[in-house]
Amino acid sequence: MLLSVKNLNIHFKSDRSPSPIHAVRDLSFSLKQGEMLGIVGESGSGKSITNMALLGLLPDSAIVKAQSATFNQHDLLNLKEKEWQKIRGREVSMIFQDPMTALNPFLSVQYQLVETIQTHLKLSKKDSIDKAIELLSLVGIPSPKDRLKAYPFELSGGMAQRVMIAMAISTNPKLLIADEPTTALDVTIQKQILNLIKMLQEKNNMSVILITHDLGVVSEYSERLQVMYAGEIVETGETKELIKHPHHPYTHALLASRPGALVDNQKRIPKTALPSISGIVPAFNQRPIGCQFNPRCEFMTHECQQGHIGLTTEGPKLREYRCIHPLMGSK
Amino acid sequence: MKVFLKELFFELRKNRGSMIGVVIIILSVIVAVLAPLLAPHDPTHIYTDSLNLPPSFVAGGSSRFFFGTDDLGRDLLSRLIYGSQVSLSVGFAVVVLSLVIGTFLGVIAGFYGGLIDKTIMRITDLIMSLPSILFAIVIVAVLGPGISNAIVAVSIVAIPNFVRIIRAQVMVEKSRQYVAAAKLFGAGNFRLMFIEILPNCMAPLIVQATLGFSDGILNCAALGFLGLGAQAPMSEWGTMLSDARSYIESSPWMVTLPGLCILIVVLSFNLLGDGLRDALDPRLKKQS
Amino acid sequence: MEQKLLEVKSLNKIFEIKKIFKKSLELKALSDINFELSTNETLGIVGESGCGKSTLAKVLTKLEKQTSGDIMLSGKSYGEYEPHEFHSAIQMVFQDPYQSLNPRKKAFDIIADPLRINSNKSEAEIKELVYTMMKKVGLREEFGERYPHHFSGGQRQRLGIARALMLRPKVLILDEPVSALDVSIQAQVLNLLMELQKEFSLSYLFISHDLSVVEHISDRILVMYLGRIVEYGPRDQIFHNPKHPYTRILLESAPKITGDKSEAHTEMSAKEAPSALYLPKGCAFASRCPLKTDHCLDKIPELEMKEGRLVACFNS
Repeated sequence: MLLSVKNLNIHFKSDRSPSPIHAVRDLSFSLKQGEMLGIVGESGSGKSITNMALLGLLPDSAIVKAQSATFNQHDLLNLKEKEWQKIRGREVSMIFQDPMTALNPFLSVQYQLVETIQTHLKLSKKDSIDKAIELLSLVGIPSPKDRLKAYPFELSGGMAQRVMIAMAISTNPKLLIADEPTTALDVTIQKQILNLIKMLQEKNNMSVILITHDLGVVSEYSERLQVMYAGEIVETGETKELIKHPHHPYTHALLASRPGALVDNQKRIPKTALPSISGIVPAFNQRPIGCQFNPRCEFMTHECQQGHIGLTTEGPKLREYRCIHPLMGSK
Repeated sequence: MKVFLKELFFELRKNRGSMIGVVIIILSVIVAVLAPLLAPHDPTHIYTDSLNLPPSFVAGGSSRFFFGTDDLGRDLLSRLIYGSQVSLSVGFAVVVLSLVIGTFLGVIAGFYGGLIDKTIMRITDLIMSLPSILFAIVIVAVLGPGISNAIVAVSIVAIPNFVRIIRAQVMVEKSRQYVAAAKLFGAGNFRLMFIEILPNCMAPLIVQATLGFSDGILNCAALGFLGLGAQAPMSEWGTMLSDARSYIESSPWMVTLPGLCILIVVLSFNLLGDGLRDALDPRLKKQS
Repeated sequence: MEQKLLEVKSLNKIFEIKKIFKKSLELKALSDINFELSTNETLGIVGESGCGKSTLAKVLTKLEKQTSGDIMLSGKSYGEYEPHEFHSAIQMVFQDPYQSLNPRKKAFDIIADPLRINSNKSEAEIKELVYTMMKKVGLREEFGERYPHHFSGGQRQRLGIARALMLRPKVLILDEPVSALDVSIQAQVLNLLMELQKEFSLSYLFISHDLSVVEHISDRILVMYLGRIVEYGPRDQIFHNPKHPYTRILLESAPKITGDKSEAHTEMSAKEAPSALYLPKGCAFASRCPLKTDHCLDKIPELEMKEGRLVACFNS
């Protein structure tokens, strides 16, 4: 296992609430070398916080506790800032939602990319420039030599994201975390970028964590899927299995409420009402007792409001769900 | 608005400096309001038998005059107490005048842009290109000395601060979609400017108003010191300071006490202003 | 065909970009736009960023003035409308529910202000109407006293919809009304929009980049690329049998939830749209088009009727 996290809990200290806010609860997952894991969740699900924790980028107000958390033989729980810096950018890289704000607007692509290569790979300036050109053409940027001279504002969103990806893979990281990498981009560009990430994953045998709010984005690309809701994993499994037979009512409702989703293998009739999830995602300080989804769930019973609900594991393919009344029929 | 004030107070309470500022400001307001009750003597009454008396706790002082008397035999404590009335109302008047005019001009400049904006901004540049006290002196020289003319002069000098801050904020707010939505249901320009946009520019305005208070007090005191502000026998701290100049060696308390009063009041407004700025805009806190 | 409510005739919008020391540039945001909207109908407008769909919304709501062309609403030209009459006929719901509500105004006032400005109704009547509308969009009466920051994204969008409907417009322009919302909230808002359309006999102009949403809610579709209409016709024609290569690429790119792996795309080079400031002489899509011929490079294709829809392509 490249990455393995057991019972990760993240709390935030806050001036406004007497007890720390429980942002992420009992999160366990693992990732093999060369595998792509999709993490799906809405805002407030804790998906981004989890990955900030994996990179040691959480603010001081965060309290991270876990039974164990290892990445590539590093114990992530006891790393000093110096050691984090060695791992970040070298063994784990990250790309962000908005490439325009992730690039420094005052520095040219060459400066930002070549410097990354120089510091991490200890190459000479000339070799670094050659490597930069090679990387830019690898990520599909036409006439890479000219683009090196460009400043971020001269690039389109898609181009800027390609540059970010080139920067992220320049050190041959073992793991790439992509946090909503295409949310700010157009659909046709989104497809190009996702294809690019997939291609690089296979070519470099790199592991990828693809974080998104859109099931459609991950479903075609990741081998495994992990659905998060209000700080907890509600369901994990192989992507195809999970989408064809969701066990957790939340996953099911999320899939069914998409206008493009299939119903009994049929396209939904246009202009008919969509099955929708009532209510809203609970705020950090208003999370319910018991199953986090219970106030919005149509199958809710008395037991759902009692105590913590554990994960049920099923079958050999690491299928897990957090529900007392799982949906077991076909979708 | 109620929620807004509650939040503001919550943030403000964390800042010790601004809480001290608030306490001093409240105290000085109480002193100013209750001046007739608190002052042991009439501030303009001349006790011919006790000139230049030192404070009571210094050798040679009299228990009748706690802070001593000035060169004309007037009770210093009473004059300081009445002086707070003058200073606070001067500060208040300056803030109200410059805030109203400055906000109005700033909103118009930011909202309309173009020639109107350019004209207003060049005039404010002109005012700001001279040191403010110098410009105030010029205005008072034209209008003639006196407390009300000093207020007018100091207000004019303070207007550009408000214009600039409001203009910048209005330019940000006017591109927001709620303004477009208001246009779509037929809101006129007046409504857009003063009902939709202006309430969203309150945060920097409150900060600037607080800081403007201390600027106003300070500038008016300076004009008083130069003999262009409050005229005798009105007890104003700046004027008191100026009158006592010649006794700085023989009776240092006469200079020190009004100077301290100005310092404390101005400082407390500045403390509050800084605290408000931090509370209202977390981005500014990181920069400074 | 039913009565045409909104008719847009050869609409052009050119922005002039002034440059110091250089010749000013012209940005053709909309070129020769023609379409119509009937009562009770939903027209979906699809395209990527920079295609002119937001500019179109602004021109249609008079937030921007067109450079040339005419827009007719209920048979009357835009120029002939009194402001009050115009605001009561066409309204808009904005994309960002966080920016489109005044943060210093209570929910009640946000909904009530259109009436206060445009009618002589008494405050009691307004109160009655506001509460009725709040109920219709699924907001409880006591929410009226709250400020926007107390609401979730979905509730804010309901507020925005209520505000737009207060003057009982015939046409509602929906500019990406659900794209800023969480996935589980989108369906709620879409359902609400569909219900309200029936109840108030509304015509929608639904602007979105999310094709599955557009397909679900629209009767007809208009596909735009760099300020021009490239394909325009009934929903089923466009979605099941797209003719324009851009429409095809758009549909292929849309994420589908099937759980099946997408076929590996070997083509890695980035093909992006040219800048709207320097449009090519011929078809704007030629640089990305798989069907491109020499002809495409020197002439702009006109919209032509092909298999039940209008399409602007020589080679479709």
